[in-house]
Amino acid sequence: MSEKLTSPARAGEVETRSVEGEGDRVGTYAKMLRADPITLTRRYAATSPARRAGEVLLPWLLALAVAVVLPWLFYDFHHARHSGFALSMFSQMGMMIIFALSFNMLMGQAGLLSFCHSVLFGFGGYSTVHFLDSAGAGNLPVPMELMPLLAGFSGLGLAIAVGYVASKQRSTAFAMITLGIVQLVTTAATMFHHFFGGEGGIKTDREIGISLFGLEYAKSIEVYYLIVAWMMIAAIAMYYHTGTPLGRMANACRDNHERAQFVGYDPRMVRFLQFALSGFFAGIGGGLFAITYEIVTFDAVAAPLAANALLMAYIGGATTFVGPVLGAVLITAMQSGVSLMSNSWLIYVGVLFIAMVTFAPAGLTGIVLAHAPIARAGMLRRLLVPYLRMVVPALLVLLGFVGLVELSSFLTIGAAQGKQLALFGHSLAITSTTPWLVSLICLGGGGYWLSREATRFRSVWDDLSAGLRTASAAR
Amino acid sequence: MTAPPVTLRNVHKSFGPIEIIRGVSMDVAAGERHALIGPNGAGKTTLFNLISGRFPITSGEIRVGENRIDGLPPHRINRLGVSRSFQITSIFHRLSVFENIRCGLLWSSGYRYSFWHPLARQRALNEETERLLEELNLAARRDTMAGLLSYAEQRALEIGMTIAGGANVILLDEPTAGMSHSETEYAVALIRRVTQGRTLVMVEHDMKVVFYLADTITVLVYGQIIASGPPVEIRGNRAVQEAYLGALAA
Repeated sequence: MSEKLTSPARAGEVETRSVEGEGDRVGTYAKMLRADPITLTRRYAATSPARRAGEVLLPWLLALAVAVVLPWLFYDFHHARHSGFALSMFSQMGMMIIFALSFNMLMGQAGLLSFCHSVLFGFGGYSTVHFLDSAGAGNLPVPMELMPLLAGFSGLGLAIAVGYVASKQRSTAFAMITLGIVQLVTTAATMFHHFFGGEGGIKTDREIGISLFGLEYAKSIEVYYLIVAWMMIAAIAMYYHTGTPLGRMANACRDNHERAQFVGYDPRMVRFLQFALSGFFAGIGGGLFAITYEIVTFDAVAAPLAANALLMAYIGGATTFVGPVLGAVLITAMQSGVSLMSNSWLIYVGVLFIAMVTFAPAGLTGIVLAHAPIARAGMLRRLLVPYLRMVVPALLVLLGFVGLVELSSFLTIGAAQGKQLALFGHSLAITSTTPWLVSLICLGGGGYWLSREATRFRSVWDDLSAGLRTASAAR
Repeated sequence: MTAPPVTLRNVHKSFGPIEIIRGVSMDVAAGERHALIGPNGAGKTTLFNLISGRFPITSGEIRVGENRIDGLPPHRINRLGVSRSFQITSIFHRLSVFENIRCGLLWSSGYRYSFWHPLARQRALNEETERLLEELNLAARRDTMAGLLSYAEQRALEIGMTIAGGANVILLDEPTAGMSHSETEYAVALIRRVTQGRTLVMVEHDMKVVFYLADTITVLVYGQIIASGPPVEIRGNRAVQEAYLGALAA
């Protein structure tokens, strides 16, 4: 018996060879079984340092370039001025990117759903208003460029206090504690006038006259670039954090908090530190908010803002680092853009959220990543036709749905506001049956058609995935 | 590396009115391989949970070397050099195999809760991780998500995470449970290799594995130790045969 036991099975080695077989189909399929993208944005071996530096830097430089150039695409050369609408939307996007990323330090990376993230953001904002007031009065010699840093420390301070309580628990209990905290602080914001200014909030003037670069910050474009600078700093810092021992143990505690204890880590300490750091970044976002709008009200600490962060992280994709960035851009665009076009924009955000949670819980980046194994196997082309076949029915469903929502909206709120529904310059009679009937037919017929095409797509998708799975199982 | 002895003195554990561990005293000598056997429900896993700090003991005393560890939380016990595996595989399923092993190394390598060290640049740490992956025969799977490994591979990873931190006292809870014959052979060789010079306590049902690996066997029945000694002695022990081995032989 003992002789038999001393000779280890060779199964492992056989397997090693087949997986390493470069270029063979099985090897390709084996690559689809890759781990969590947050952890795998960095590879550790077999890449030369030069190439790695390039790989790491390129997306950041691209993001910076886009952020710098973006407002100039909307520049009105005729009147030599920036588009106020575009600038304020991009500024909002910048601070929301920081906010959503810091929220995802908790949700995506540590598995903690925090409803009080707005409190950390808002507190950074309120503090900044007071800092700006002091600076304007000459009592605080801090240049404008470093104000967001002070805001960050405010957020950090509050996060240490709040996190000490909240981090005692995890999962649902953690979420409940944070829900209590956000209600508490929102109430406090309307009660304690000295700091929060009551329902009207507090106002300030950002032209404090202290700047590292001699800037006045009278123009929105200057503020925009301040936001871009801090967005890049905060995003890079948060990305760096994902690759540190604490960042990794946050992932580990998310996956299995008990096991983390048996490798020497106190999950509560991990939660606490992660919470505190996320508060630092949320505070920076709040500081930029105060600088941009020069007013902070209790809306900036209230739960709907935290829910916004959840929407952004979820719709963009909480399992990747870049997901919340996408989400922040998309949701802010909807808030600014669609809200101009429609009274019912919140309905669209809500439906989008429900649709994402139902059909694509890994968010937009999750959808993209789901294609990666198929793309790696070079079979993306086989999805093209099934995708194209869904375009027309999807548009019909969209048209029908939007039509019904808008018709209802104009029948009620719109009528009260005295607005007229217009389509391509023609006003529509919302009380006649035709537009309702057309919308209903679009929605119903399109829905039926779409569901048939979706089934078709599903079967193609399943065939492809099953093929990949069998191949990888046969390795 | 000096492996400390593990001492249990009159340890009791009750869940509500039910006493699961009824006065266990046990000595695991430094550096020995100690197997804990007994019928289902004897309290073997509970005893593991007490030693590793997963549950607090009701009364008694547990020492590792000079340190008294009962009453300490699991992470503190782990930092004193006691590491355990789980009967039901307990890994970080959404992290890669490489990350799992590296997480097992982080604390003992002194990184604590650092949020300033970039892990990708920690050469010694990453090389040690790679070395362990080789040793566990998981190198080819380093970038695979741990949750997608085969059962036997997950068990190997479980053992790997347990030994990664260089703990001197290793507690393995049914490391070969649910494995095929060849997988068991491989796991046993692995355990034998990686626990060299460390104190090992293992719960195991497979008698072949027990008699092959263990220097000392302790038999636990209904929360009490009925026998403890070298394998030859336990094999010949009448009480053990009646309570446990006899049932298997029949």
